[in-house]
Amino acid sequence: MSAHAGTAGLAGSIPASEAEGTGSGDGPAPVRIVVAYGFWIFLLSDIIMFSALFAAYAVLSGQTAGGPGARELFDLHHVAIETLCLLFSSYTCGLGTLALEQRRLRGFYLCFALTFVLGASFLGLEISEFAGLVARGAGPSRSAFLSAFFSLVGLHGVHVSAGLLWMTFMVAQTAAKGPRPFVRRRLLCFSLFWHALDIIWVGLLTLVYLMGAR
Amino acid sequence: MLGKLSWAAIPFNEPEAMGASLFIIVGFLVLFALVTWKGWWTYLWREWLTSVDHKRIGVMYVLLALVLLLRGFIDAIMMRSQLAIAAGGAQGYLPPDHYDQIFSAHGTIMIFFMAMPFMIGLMNFVVPLQLGVRDVAFPALNAISFWLTASGALLVNISLVVGEFARTGWLAYPPLSELQFSPGVGVDYYLWALQISGIGTLLAGINMVTTILKLRAPGMTYMRMPVFCWTSLASSLLIVAAFPILTATFGMLLLDRYAGMHFFTNDGGGNCMLYVNLIWAWGHPEVYILILPAFGIFSEVIAAFSGKALFGYRSMVMATMAICVLSFMVWLHHFFTMGAGADVNAVFGIMSMIIAIPTGVKMFNWLFTLYRGRIRYEPPVLWAIGFMVTFVIGGLTGVLLAVPPADFVLHNSLFLVAHFHNVIIGGVLFGAMAGYNYWFPKAFGFTLEPRLGAVSFWCWLVGFYLAFIPLYMLGLLGMTRRMQHYADLSWQPYLIVAEGGALVILCGILATVAQLVVSIRTREQRRDLSGDPWNARTLEWATASPPPAYNFAVLPQVESLDAFWAMKQRGPMPPVESYPAIEMPRRSPNGFVTAFFAVVTGFAMIWHIWWMAILGLACAVVTLLVFGWTERLEDEVSGEQLAADARARARPLEPA
Amino acid sequence: MIARNRRVLAILATLPAACLLASCRQGGILDPQGPVSGAERLILINATAIMLVVVLPVIVLTLAFAWWYRAGNRRAAYAPDWSYSGHVELVVWSIPAMVVILLGAVAWIGSHQLDPARPLRAPLTGPLTGPLTGDSPPLRVEVVSMDWKWLFIYPEQQVASVNQLVVPAGTPVEFVLTSATVMDAFFVPQLGGQIYTMPGMATRLNLLADRPGDYPGLSSNFSGAGFSDMRFMLHAVPPAEFEQWLGRTRGAAPTLDAAAYAHLAAGGSDNSLRTYGAVDPKLFENIVQQTMPVAAAPGNDH
Repeated sequence: MSAHAGTAGLAGSIPASEAEGTGSGDGPAPVRIVVAYGFWIFLLSDIIMFSALFAAYAVLSGQTAGGPGARELFDLHHVAIETLCLLFSSYTCGLGTLALEQRRLRGFYLCFALTFVLGASFLGLEISEFAGLVARGAGPSRSAFLSAFFSLVGLHGVHVSAGLLWMTFMVAQTAAKGPRPFVRRRLLCFSLFWHALDIIWVGLLTLVYLMGAR
Repeated sequence: MLGKLSWAAIPFNEPEAMGASLFIIVGFLVLFALVTWKGWWTYLWREWLTSVDHKRIGVMYVLLALVLLLRGFIDAIMMRSQLAIAAGGAQGYLPPDHYDQIFSAHGTIMIFFMAMPFMIGLMNFVVPLQLGVRDVAFPALNAISFWLTASGALLVNISLVVGEFARTGWLAYPPLSELQFSPGVGVDYYLWALQISGIGTLLAGINMVTTILKLRAPGMTYMRMPVFCWTSLASSLLIVAAFPILTATFGMLLLDRYAGMHFFTNDGGGNCMLYVNLIWAWGHPEVYILILPAFGIFSEVIAAFSGKALFGYRSMVMATMAICVLSFMVWLHHFFTMGAGADVNAVFGIMSMIIAIPTGVKMFNWLFTLYRGRIRYEPPVLWAIGFMVTFVIGGLTGVLLAVPPADFVLHNSLFLVAHFHNVIIGGVLFGAMAGYNYWFPKAFGFTLEPRLGAVSFWCWLVGFYLAFIPLYMLGLLGMTRRMQHYADLSWQPYLIVAEGGALVILCGILATVAQLVVSIRTREQRRDLSGDPWNARTLEWATASPPPAYNFAVLPQVESLDAFWAMKQRGPMPPVESYPAIEMPRRSPNGFVTAFFAVVTGFAMIWHIWWMAILGLACAVVTLLVFGWTERLEDEVSGEQLAADARARARPLEPA
Repeated sequence: MIARNRRVLAILATLPAACLLASCRQGGILDPQGPVSGAERLILINATAIMLVVVLPVIVLTLAFAWWYRAGNRRAAYAPDWSYSGHVELVVWSIPAMVVILLGAVAWIGSHQLDPARPLRAPLTGPLTGPLTGDSPPLRVEVVSMDWKWLFIYPEQQVASVNQLVVPAGTPVEFVLTSATVMDAFFVPQLGGQIYTMPGMATRLNLLADRPGDYPGLSSNFSGAGFSDMRFMLHAVPPAEFEQWLGRTRGAAPTLDAAAYAHLAAGGSDNSLRTYGAVDPKLFENIVQQTMPVAAAPGNDH
């Protein structure tokens, strides 16, 4: 048996030469579809994890244990800038993905550099928000409301951090290996992830910040 | 330097714990010595520990389940014998702090490290074969899933030797599980072991859903899939939807314990009812995750051994998906007595009963599969018939508990304990044993010895009733669960009978072990050369026993339900002229190595050894990145090799 | 071999029935002493009977088919391709559906009539419960579950008692319950269903004892090392005797004030019976609001 790097990547061993189908009676679906589908399922599971935390936040949002509540703590201007950073980073991520599909490598690197900077800015702003809250004595151990707030928003921040790490890795891999099919498949997964974080942020913005600060 | 860890963590002054620890340590040492002496390390590493083959991974899952069945069962025997003697003023031989750990470990191990791996293992082995494809969607991820599950099992068993386990019951309700009332490491062992294995399970669910929905042989539309694949799909969808809730909830409890947060604490505005709701929003789908594959196994076994097509395929599929959806709408029936009010209780009670409808439909469909069949009594079908009788009783008591006013008097009593053992043993365990006996020849090339299989079944069946009917009685008499001793002497006879039942089950377990040993010794007499020892109906039986790594040299073209049966009716096909080369994923150490670092990280977090935890996590991440840097290596299986394998299979009766 | 085994199964099947009959005389849920537990037992029996109508035939049919259609029996018909019948489908979906509709109605009505928070003043009439006899004004009892003992406070009578609950027979009792530590559950099987007790909140339960007697009570939610000993006795006594008990208890030392409560709370597993002749009127509210000291003793390993 000879060994070589095949085209199947993560998705197992059905080569493209066999039946190309969507998986409904035409035989196994091609690798690209299988990978994207599996990643979608993972994203759905991640969203469910967030919804458990949203549920906890909904139950505990009024439990301030005599401490500060949402109205005193949330700075909506700060949050607006964070939101703009994150949403724009999604835009640049999309541009970067398109650039790679069109093999415009300089555009790819530029767009992803911007995405990284915007994502890192979001993260930096969020960390400074958290640090400010802790300095005011409104840290996560102050009350159930704050525990829920820090965990929910913090989990999103952890996902953004993981995304930044993944992004760096992907760009390095593209630089080293070129836009091969398995690299492009993973970039597709990454961009799905990055956009999903946006959607979750919109939910957070609305349910936590906007509704809390009213 | 070593956080909270010190020599005091090892139970030198507790004879039973020391005895159990020594048993485990000596057991491992003996195993390592044996493997070293026989020179099996290379083989084990290449063929099993780094395998990404779904069949190998499935076998390892089942092996893990069987080993942990023994551990969980020892816990059960200890509980039964304690209660058989701790009547009146007697305190028994297990003080409360041990007894409380034992029943918590029993539940945790049996659900997470016996029942789940057994079902996931059988799904792993069988589903790609039944779908007519070569592996699951993400084979390397599959290996990671298994090894993370094994890591969780390892951590739970380490708690026996170093430290202690949780004393909170298998679901660790706060406030009891918070730092204020459980300051030791026990709850931390519980939480980290389950978080790690939970990730593995979630990944396995994602893998299985993608496989079933996107990877099937040509011509296999949804309504031509075997019923076991449908139930595996439903179970895997439930895993994907429910396990993230578990991860989030345990995460919140961990944050309470490690970061001083107030999700469920008594102070700071925490709410223990939130935990109860979240954990059961996972917990109820969990029990359906366990039972649905078992239902699928019974469908396959009953049809195969009746020599008949399964009755009512369409309604079986609809019932399966109905159960899948409904299982998310009933969670409150686990805490009717928390005081939610009449409307809420009634709605959830009614929803819980509605789930009994598709379950009842399945039972009738199995009944009508038996009707006018020609039933061959091999061990798998014994388990199936035993299930049909036993599970309906469990279902009856379940619907009874679903009526809130009835639950008010039965909740948390031994009646409840008897109910869930009734459905888990009668359903999940019997299904696992049926599947184990049914698919063993496919995995290993020889059938299991049938007489010991029958002995095992009868011991389990009789033992189950002896062990649990008295518990139903005791629940009605007012005995509650998790008691370490009791005052009412009139309860003791029941508990002695229950202990007798447990001993009969022990005989059943020993018979299963004996069956395996004897079968291996006499395997040449029961060698399966045809690949189809049971004259069955689905595609896994079209391959050799055991199948080659690639399962099918050419993916079968499927034209109907029960594809293999149709192939057998059609008669032999003209021989294939030439085989195109195929590519199979190469083995990878990633799963094993990642799991090793997961154990290090978990252990370090439990004992507050922060530097080790950070290092372990970093190494795990680096492992994944290193693994992700290269494209998956694959091995080519040439056309000539495929042709040679096919010719070898066509000559089964020639001497080896 | 199958026939012999079926006989064994049949013998085993009668054991539960025998046990069930035996257990009726021994206290517990099947020996109700009040209207709530009486109604709950009735629901239990009715629901079981309704389901047995379906379950018993299913079991019998399973064993009968398994026996008759065995491969060795050449007299049995064999229909290998019969795998669908519209009529059978209709029946198999309908039977469980009808049972569920019937039981669903039982569940809805029963949940409302037997809601633990529902006061027992009005007669509970209807097909599921008999008429309620108690017309006397209800007795209010505040319950605190601690590690590992029960505290009962009579707010209107200003007395308290530990591990024993004295109530007048024939009088509805309104319980308000909380926990000082972890989740417990207050349960007197012969009088009715259980209710969780949780820290920081108050749950409600309403029970009534028809006739005088001693009815054992327990905690039915595991709460740690002393859980098995967390038992109490509910003494239902004639109303006159209840007044006498009140007379003896009221005014006698000790007083249940904050210090006495802290002492009680720190005591760990405690089976003793004691009473308090006076109670701080704000004590229970403070316990619910969690402004009282934590009840787990230092070093108390749960």
